[in-house]
Formats: sequence, structure tokens, C-alpha cells
Amino acid sequence: MPQSFFVFFSNKLYSLGNLLQRWNVPIKLQMSRQVASSGVPGGKGSSSGFVLIVGLSTLGAGVYVSRKVVHGKKLQYISPVKHLKLSNVSPAAPGARPEVPSHVPFLLIGGGTAAFAAARSIRARDPGARVLIVSEDPALPYMRPPLSKELWFSDDPNVTETLRFKQWNGKERSIYFQPPSFYVPVRDLPFVENGGVAVLCGKKVVHMDVRGNIVKLSDGTQISYDKCLIATGGSPRNLPAIERAGKDVQQRLTLFRKIEDFRSLEKISREVKSITIIGGGFLGSELACALGRRARTRGLEVIQLFPENGNMGKVLPEYLSNWTTEKVRREGVNVMPNAVVKSVSVSGNRLMIKLKDGRKVETDHIVAAVGLEPNVELAKSAGLEVDSDFGGFRVNAELQARSNIWVAGDAACFYDIKLGRRRVEHHDHAVVSGRLAGENMTGAAKPYWHQSMFWSDLGPNVGYEAIGLVDSSLPTVGVFAKATAKDTPKSATEQSGTGIRSESETEAEASEVHISPSFSPTPQVPKQGEDYGKGVIFYLRDKVVVGIVLWNIFNRMPIARKIIKDGEEHDDLNEVAKLFNIHED
Amino acid sequence: MSYCRQEGKDRIIFATKEDHETPSSAELVADDPDDPYEEQGLILPNGDINWNCPCLGGMASGPCGEQFKSAFSCFHYSTEEIKGSDCVDQFRAMQECMQKYPDLYPQEDENEEKEKSSKDLEATPMEASAAKEEKGSS
Repeated sequence: MPQSFFVFFSNKLYSLGNLLQRWNVPIKLQMSRQVASSGVPGGKGSSSGFVLIVGLSTLGAGVYVSRKVVHGKKLQYISPVKHLKLSNVSPAAPGARPEVPSHVPFLLIGGGTAAFAAARSIRARDPGARVLIVSEDPALPYMRPPLSKELWFSDDPNVTETLRFKQWNGKERSIYFQPPSFYVPVRDLPFVENGGVAVLCGKKVVHMDVRGNIVKLSDGTQISYDKCLIATGGSPRNLPAIERAGKDVQQRLTLFRKIEDFRSLEKISREVKSITIIGGGFLGSELACALGRRARTRGLEVIQLFPENGNMGKVLPEYLSNWTTEKVRREGVNVMPNAVVKSVSVSGNRLMIKLKDGRKVETDHIVAAVGLEPNVELAKSAGLEVDSDFGGFRVNAELQARSNIWVAGDAACFYDIKLGRRRVEHHDHAVVSGRLAGENMTGAAKPYWHQSMFWSDLGPNVGYEAIGLVDSSLPTVGVFAKATAKDTPKSATEQSGTGIRSESETEAEASEVHISPSFSPTPQVPKQGEDYGKGVIFYLRDKVVVGIVLWNIFNRMPIARKIIKDGEEHDDLNEVAKLFNIHED
Repeated sequence: MSYCRQEGKDRIIFATKEDHETPSSAELVADDPDDPYEEQGLILPNGDINWNCPCLGGMASGPCGEQFKSAFSCFHYSTEEIKGSDCVDQFRAMQECMQKYPDLYPQEDENEEKEKSSKDLEATPMEASAAKEEKGSS
């Protein structure tokens, strides 16, 4: 069927058919982490109709922006919806349309990843649906991971303007899910023929009347709805020591989350001599590595300090956390574990950080990456429950808080029928839960079932993907590809033995699969048989695998997902590890 | 020889390639093809099209979503000898709509088409066999 469609298309509609033929990338490489699991905004290959769909997705999925952007005019992605030309929409109705409709069938509070995924899901399932996104952010919906990863590695000097990055297959895209032309102007939403998605930027919902099904915005506007999604995400936490410290210190602080934080930090990294990142988790470590790379070329000092024993100390078992810390150091970062901040003050024109153990750190700028506080302000007026263990709005397995109200993304504390009650702060979860909420808002009544995944890169040598409960306090079993006896403790440039070779092979693979620029591997000496080059780590709860980390091996997420879904007890995890073919690339 | 070590609650196994080449004794639960919750592909078990398939990207949800759904549905259910030959109107409507949104549905210009056509012809057999593989493995 698909091939005949393809042929039909290319015969009958030449230019359209040609568009279909543009896709010439083989299947294996088609999965990038950002689209592999759940597909927003790009495409996961499904079993049937693959060629067609893959071809079609080049047309409008927003995955690949046309070359036209390079040759043609620069697109202003940032303009709020109200400045959009109305030429694409049916001519204006007589009289003045209200700027904001007084009623919308689908109201999405929050303009991030979860809201966008929900909007797409609603539109796919409900023909002609009219969806209004109300976002406090001035920007249209965009994806966050590149802000601490790909955008820092771009060769483009205008990257802070364009916010475009290169994907694994060399093609560029913007962090925005869709360009402005995808959206309908807010005032036209009730009138446009086939419905659409409109985004009201820079407005905050401050009050919610759950019985009357009506919300109030910061400027007093009221909007009633039929179905509502709360996808308000979270705000970066701050350290109490810094909050106490006063304005002089606050001026030299970045709480990293949004586009403007990326822009400001990028500028600062070119102006100061020393930046200190507080926090040893995903965001802190990724930023440290990104800045560390600049450190080498620009004489910038990059320090990272955190209370745990090593980077990713709450996620990776200790031996791996230690190993990762060494890698981060090799990226040019001065990593200081076991560091608890006592106070911060301004001294001269610099910042002085005093640690509880007496050590002092002098620096010019601080980036705090110490966690996310879910935005649950609406809980009060809406009378919604907030979870005391995980934070966030408490919802059931179908992401529903109450009739007609769903919550998705970082702000949702939900019931996962396999792994129990959780709250997850990852991109793919926002996509999966947003999509599910959209399905349930259009009548699906499905529980949270499809496990989301997450990933991280720490420089060109360490990359991993993970799924499920990845908590270092759980017992773990790690299975790594052993270096052969042929290994010599020499530098990695001498490619002898699977251990060393596998590292440089995975590196080549890594730059194919995700967009890390290809660097030559840093010469290093693996310890006798103890190089954690690649492998798989299982996290267990009563002999059942509840979490998996794929360490420097890729394209194995489906089998990992299957093992968690099965929820079986396994006696010998080495046998389970065999399913992952860790010795191959 | 593979070997392993225990560090507190964490177990570390270094496995040789030979060890992992022997078949795994781990048992996986058989997949239920009718599992209502499992992520569905493009075509649902009952034969309908899953418009929410991630593989479609934004096609069914964008400004030309309705035209796309109409064209593709027509094709999907078409029983003509040349499948979809009764759907030309829908495809035309879709193309007209897409031309109004060049940002979202990039149109190629003539010169670039000519350059790419030879590359694409080479690519097509690869796509066709890849599609066959994918179908076989579903």
C-alpha cells in the first residue's frame, strides 16, 4: 500500500511527489533521541506506511525547515501571535472581533512542550478543534533540551538570534516546534473554518473557577472553556544562601530555564573570566560541559560545585558517577564535589562563595541548577490537590485532576500503573503526557502507559539514554562490555582491543545519532578491565527492573521499554543484558 | 572470562563478547497485538487511520490538517485499480492549502529538484527495501 501511494503521488502531483522523495535517510538513523520515543515534533517510523509517512512528514511536520530559510528571508519566530499577518486566514468578519475570545472549547494553560503536544493531539483527533494556549512566556512553544546542549555547540555566530541547531543527520531545525504561520491569530480562533491552535503569549492565568469552567488572566480578561489542560511547568529553584544574599549577588546570578537565560548566559560567557555552576544534576552537568568547551578556547574558568560525591550522584550508581565526574573534568571543568554553599557575597567586583567546610570560591557569575519548583499557584483558586511527596498537581492515571481538567508535563504528579505515583521533569515525558492528556481531553480515557525516556550528553565521550525510575538509591546491576586481553594501557589513539576501539567507535556512532560535533577522543588510559565504555545498568525494586540506563549504546530503547513494561522478576541480569548487544554498535 | 564485583548495593559485571554471544535465557512476555494501551502505529487494529501517530508529525493538526486527512483517508479506503486515482480533487485541495504555508510545507524550486532527482532515484530502492524490512518486523 504505501509504495503505491508513493508512486501515485509522484505521478499525479509532481512537485508534491518530489517532496516525498526528499527523504533519503535509511531507517536506522532515523531515530534521534528527541523524536525517537514519542515523536513530537518529528516522526517515529511506524510499521506500515513508513515510506509514505516519512516522506510526508518532510512536508509539514516541522522537523526539517526548508533550505528556503537559508536562501530566503529570515523568519521572525519570536513575534507574538497578535503581530502575525492575517493573510492566511479567511477575510475579517464584519465589525471588530474581540482580541481574546470569551469562550474556547479547549484551553491549555502554559505554552511549553506538554501544551504543544496536547494541542497537536487534540487537533489530530477532533477535526476542526479550536485550541487556545495561554502562555506567560513571550515566546511561542519551543523545546528546551537544545538550550543546554546543541545550541552551545553551534558554529553559527548568530545562534542566539536564530536558535537553530543541527540535528544528528546534519539537517538544521529551530527550537520552536512550529513557525508562527502554523498558529491562528487569537482573535480569529472562533471563526477560522477548520479550527486551529492559537497562542496568547505573555499572559498569565491567575485564577481558575472550576465549577464555572472559567479562568481569569493577569489583565482581567476572562475566558470560559469546555476542557482545560494545566501545563504550567515549573520555575527554577534558588539556593536559600543566594536568596539571602542581596541584589548585588542576584545580579550576577542565572537561574537557567528559558531562551532569555540561554541568551544572557551565552553573552556572559564571553565577557567574564569565571563562571560557577551550582548543581550536579542533568542541567548543571550539561551546562558545565558546554561552558567547559568554551573554557579551553577562551580562557574562561568553569567551576561546578554540588553536595553529592560526583556528577549525576542522584541518578548514577557511585562508581559510574565517579567515572562521569572524571569525564566532566576532562571537558575543562573544575569539579568540586561535596560542596555545600554557606554564603555568597560580593567582594571587589567579584563574587565570593563560602562553603560550609571552609573552602572559598571566587568567581564572576553563578548559574544555579538546583532543581525545579512546579508551578501550582492555580491550585488554590481551583481547589486542586497538590501532592506533598513529589509536588505538583495530583492527578489520576489518566492525568485528570477533576472533570474537564487535566494536568501534564513537569507540573503533573500522576499515577503510573507500572511504577507508581511519580512526577517527571523530562522533555519526553512532557511530550508523552501532553499527548495523552490531549487524547483524554477528546474522550480516549487512557492511562499513562507508554514509558517516557530521557537522555543526556556530557561532552563527546559520554552519552546515555534512560527510562523508568533511575534513582541511585536503588540497587543496581551494571553490565559493561569488557575490554579484551589485547588491551594495552596506552592512549586511546592507538586502536587496539575492543575496549578502546569501542569507545572511539561509539563516539563516531554518537556523533551520527546525536548531534555532538565530532571531536577526536581524549587520550586516556583505561584501568585494567574497568573502563565503563559502554553497557547497560538495571535499577531494581524487589528483583524487578524499574529503570534502565543505556550507557553509550543507542537505538536500544525499544527493548529497554519492553523489559520495564513486562515487570518480570529476573534472576540473572547478565542474561537480560544479552538482549542489548552491548558489544555491537 | 566475564567477571563481576559488588560495591555495596551495586553490582558490576564485565561481560566478554563471547559470553554475550550465547543466547539469552531471559524470558520476555509475549506481546499482545490487541493491547489497547500500547503505542499504536499509523493504522489501528480495526483498519482506521491513527491521526495521532507521532509519525505524522504535524500533518493532521496543522492548518492544512483537514485537507490532509481528507486526501489520505480517501486514498486509504480507495478501491480503484490505481489506488487513489479517485482522490485527485482532495490531493489538489491539499496541495493548494500547503502552498499557502511555505514555512510549514516547504516547496522545492525547479533547479533544486533537478539536482536532487538523481540522488533521490538512488534512494528510492533503499527506502523501498527499508520499508519492506520495517513491515516484516512489525
